[in-house]
Amino acid sequence: MASTENEILEGLAEIVNEETGVATEDVKLDKSFTDDLDIDSISMMTIVVNAEEKFDVRIPDEEVKNLVTVGDAVTYIAGAQS
Amino acid sequence: MTAPRPRVAVTGLGTVNPLGGDIATTWENALKGTSTAHTLDNDWKERYGLAVDFACEVTIDPFDVLARPEAKKLDPSGQFALIAAREAWSDAGTPEVPGERLGVVIGTGIGGVWTILNQWDVVRERGARRVNPFTVPMLMANSSSAHIEIELGAKAGAHTPVSACASGAEAVAQGFDMIRSGRADVVVVGGTESCVHPLPLAGFANIRALSTRTGDPEHASRPYDTDRDGFVLGEGAAVLVLESEEHAAARGASVYAYVAGRGMASDAHHISAPSTEGQARAVREALEDAGLEAADVKHVNAHGTSTPLGDIGELNAVSQALGGVTDQLVVTSTKSMTGHLLGGAGALESVFSVLAAHHRIAPPTINIENLDPETPMRIAQNAPAELPSGDLAVLNNAFGFGGHDVAVMFTSA
Repeated sequence: MASTENEILEGLAEIVNEETGVATEDVKLDKSFTDDLDIDSISMMTIVVNAEEKFDVRIPDEEVKNLVTVGDAVTYIAGAQS
Repeated sequence: MTAPRPRVAVTGLGTVNPLGGDIATTWENALKGTSTAHTLDNDWKERYGLAVDFACEVTIDPFDVLARPEAKKLDPSGQFALIAAREAWSDAGTPEVPGERLGVVIGTGIGGVWTILNQWDVVRERGARRVNPFTVPMLMANSSSAHIEIELGAKAGAHTPVSACASGAEAVAQGFDMIRSGRADVVVVGGTESCVHPLPLAGFANIRALSTRTGDPEHASRPYDTDRDGFVLGEGAAVLVLESEEHAAARGASVYAYVAGRGMASDAHHISAPSTEGQARAVREALEDAGLEAADVKHVNAHGTSTPLGDIGELNAVSQALGGVTDQLVVTSTKSMTGHLLGGAGALESVFSVLAAHHRIAPPTINIENLDPETPMRIAQNAPAELPSGDLAVLNNAFGFGGHDVAVMFTSA
């Protein structure tokens, strides 16, 4: 079932918080995973694995490097769901 | 005899084990003679046909102590080790030491048992894509020493002895050697294990190492009792901060006790059966390394796992190593209370040895109803035993499957 971009952002923020401790309110569309949220590459893969399960999508490894900001991830997941 | 080599100060202690989530609680419950073995609150016996459905489990939830994302990146064995290391480091007064002079040695028998087995369940049930990306750094045996090394900024070397149930004591011995050889001024040492899981329980049961007293688990761990029938599985970690005497003195650190000597031998005998001969060589080496006489040793925290052959064999080895000079000794096996922490055992029992030397009291061996008449030494039977004033030495033994014999000699401060 497709989610709205807001629902995806909310769900993603929960995953980021669970895996890294970053506060959900800091997970905003314009934030960079590495530069702003200080998320390392293994933690990023943990977020990807959890996001795939939560949103029932597949995020190929070669796509992950393009997900620089939270907004990139939300847009990719929304596109993959539709 | 050659002149004794320098001793090393013990300046900090920390633990998570079935008796408590910190040193103060652990020591208080140890002196009270608390049994921690209990029937496990799960369906493993019915579901898997497990013959032994009891163990000693830690009393704290690491997720209550560690930040959640931090705890999620650690196997339970790593969680226990990190909590114990933080307590020990803080207890030592967070020593100021350059990273290049700070080392870490944390032993484990197996490593991330839960992570390996849980993630294998994930592969089978949900597919390979769902495996936690942290799986490898969580399951590797050196995970605990690596996390502690990173947290403390230790750059002199981080090591992980793996010698089954001798691992924790071997870590103490290796840390001691690191300081004496000049590689470090401060070394954080210890051991950890977390494998109260159906697979290790089944494996240990099938090699006939575990007690099968399922109807009465709290009295199952009974070293030196005539009805002992095997060990009780435990879990947890213990960590000690070791420091060169000069370094500890220069910063005015309080010293619990000293590590004065260590012995390490291998049996070249059998993969699971112990050898009294190898054990005796380890104890003798520890005594000579410390430059002590047999009569100086007033207390032994024994390996004493509550197995029919092992308990008495070990005491005979000690007697042989001390040339029969054992009248001054009181022996205890704290495994009667904590169960067997495997890779954590030698570290936790080093902590008990240090506390015994510091407080001048030996914790009890509980559950002795009928003392085995073959017992060749005085046991702190069901009650703590006072230790004499003046200089004294305390011996801690730890032996592992494969024939690893480690003896560490502590002396009073």
